[in-house]
Amino acid sequence: MSGLSSAGGRKRRRDLVGYLYIAPAFLVVGLFFLCPLGLLIWMALNDWPLLGSPHFQGAKNFVTLVQDTTFWESFWFTAKYALVVTPAIFVPAYGLALMVNSRLRGTGIFRTIYFLPVVIGLGTASLLWVWLLNDQVGILHQALVHWGFLREPALANGNTAFVAVIVMVVWKTVGFTMILLLVGMQAIPNDLYEAARIDGASWWKQQLRITFPLLRSTFALALILSVVGSFLAFDQFYIMTGGGPHNSTITVVYWIYRASFTYFRLGYGAAMSLVLMAALTLLSACQLLILRQRTD
Amino acid sequence: MNLAQFPMRRVLWYTACSITALLFVAPILWSVLTSFKVPAEANAAPPRLLPSRLSGENYVALLGYGDGMPRYLGNSLIVATLTVIGIVILSTLAGYGFSRFKFPLKGVLFLVLLVTLMVPFQSILTPLFLVLHTLNLQNSLLGLALVNITFQMPFSVFMLRNSFDGIPRELDDSAAIDGCNSLQILWRVLLPVALPGLISVALFAFLASWNEFLAALIFLTDSEKFTLPVMLLNAQSGYLGTVDWGLMQAGITITVLPCAILFLLLQRYYVSGLVSGAVK
Repeated sequence: MSGLSSAGGRKRRRDLVGYLYIAPAFLVVGLFFLCPLGLLIWMALNDWPLLGSPHFQGAKNFVTLVQDTTFWESFWFTAKYALVVTPAIFVPAYGLALMVNSRLRGTGIFRTIYFLPVVIGLGTASLLWVWLLNDQVGILHQALVHWGFLREPALANGNTAFVAVIVMVVWKTVGFTMILLLVGMQAIPNDLYEAARIDGASWWKQQLRITFPLLRSTFALALILSVVGSFLAFDQFYIMTGGGPHNSTITVVYWIYRASFTYFRLGYGAAMSLVLMAALTLLSACQLLILRQRTD
Repeated sequence: MNLAQFPMRRVLWYTACSITALLFVAPILWSVLTSFKVPAEANAAPPRLLPSRLSGENYVALLGYGDGMPRYLGNSLIVATLTVIGIVILSTLAGYGFSRFKFPLKGVLFLVLLVTLMVPFQSILTPLFLVLHTLNLQNSLLGLALVNITFQMPFSVFMLRNSFDGIPRELDDSAAIDGCNSLQILWRVLLPVALPGLISVALFAFLASWNEFLAALIFLTDSEKFTLPVMLLNAQSGYLGTVDWGLMQAGITITVLPCAILFLLLQRYYVSGLVSGAVK
C-alpha cells in the first residue's frame, strides 16, 4: 500500500514539474502582454498624460471617442482599405497559385521568386516604393507619367496614394496567400480532376465544381487573415503617405499612435485601442467558427 | 490541364511565369543596382537606367551616416539575436511542458497563450509603453527584444508543442529507464528530433524582429538606439538634410539582404512553419 501511494506521489510531483517548464514563458507573457492588457482598461477610464499623474474620469474618453470624427473617419477608411486590399491580394494570389501548381521544371524557382517580397519588412518595402514613386528620381513615376497614367506625384493625391499603397501591399504579400492556396490545391486528390475530365468537364467547370468548393475553408482562412492584418495597417501609411494628404489616409492604429505618442493623450489612446480590439475580437471569433467547421 | 503534352502551352507558361517573376524582383534589383551607382547618377532626375560605372561610394557614405551604419546594423542584430535566443529557450521549455506533462489548469493556460495570438500588439501599444517605462526598459534594445519575444511566443509554443506531440512517448520512457531526468530527456532525446520545428521558430523570430517597425519607432527614442528600419525612415525623410537616394538604396539593400539569404537557405522550414501556423 505505502509503495503504491509513494509512486502516486512521485507521479504527481513529476507532473507539477510542468509548471516549471512553462513558467518562464508565462513570466514574459504576463509582464508584457497580460499586464498591459489589464492596464489598458484602467487607462481608458482615466485622463492619462505622459508626464504628471493620471486622474479617473469614468467613461469620458468613450464619450469623446463617439464624437471624434477623425477616429470614425480613420475607422471607415481602415475598413475600406481592408475591403479593397483583400480581393486585390486574393485574385492575383489565386492566379499565381494556379500558375505554380505545376510539375514542370523551374516551378520551384518561380514559387520562390513570387514569395520573396513576403520576407522583406513592410517598413522597408514601403520605403522602397516611396523611392520608386518619387517624382524626381523614381523610375515607376517616370514610367507611369510617360504612359499617361499619372500627372502629379502619386503619393500627393488621396486616390492615387491609396492605389499606390495597395499595389505595394499586393506585391509584398501576394506570395503568402499564393502559398496558402497552393497547399490547399495540392491536397485535392488528382482522381477528382481525372474523373471530371473523363466526363468531359471543361477547365473552368473543374475550377468551379471541384477546386472552389474544396478550397472553401482555405479561402475563408486566407480572407480572414487578410482582413485582420489590414485592419492593423500602420507601417505602409505612416511611411508612404504620412496619413495625408489632408488626413485622408489615416488608419485606426495610426490615429491611436498619434493620440498616444504625438499628443500624449494615453488614456484616450487606450480607449480607442479597446474599440479596435473589440472589432478584431469579432473578426477572430469568425475565424474560430470557420476553423471549427473545418475540423468537423 | 496537362502542360507537358502541349509544347505551345509550355512556352506560354514559361513566358508568363518569367514576366511575372521579373515584375516581382524588379523593385529589389533596381534598388540594388542603384546602390552601386555613383551618387550623382543615383540621385539623377530623371533616373538613368544603366550606371556608367559601378561604385561603392553610397556604402561608404552610409558607413558615416548619423551615428554610423555599424551602430544601426549592430542594434538590429542585437535585438534580433536576443529575440531568437529568448524565443528558442522559452518556447522550447513551454512547448515541452505543454506536450509532456499533465497539470491543473493546463488547458486554460494554453488558451491564455493562444489569446495572445488573437490580440494584436498594436492594440496594447499605449499600456505597453507605460509598462516598459516603469521597468526602465523603454528606449532599450533589451526592452524591444522582450516585446518581440512576447508576441512571437504563442506561435512558437504552439509550433513546438505540436512538434513534441509528434514524437512517440516511448522515446521518453526508454530514456527515463536509462536514468535521464526530464530536462535530459528534452535535451538529448526530443530536441534533436524536433529540430526542424525549432529552426522554423527561430527563423520566424529573426525575421519578425529584423523587420519590426512600429514598436521600434515608439519604444526607441535616442537615435543611437535605432534599428535599421527606423534609421532608414529618418534618412528618407531628410532628418539630417537632403535625401541621398543612393545612400537610401544601399541601406535598403543591406536591410533586405539577410532576410533574402536566410529565406533562400531555409525556405523549407519557412514554408512548413507558415503552413502549420496558419492552418492549425
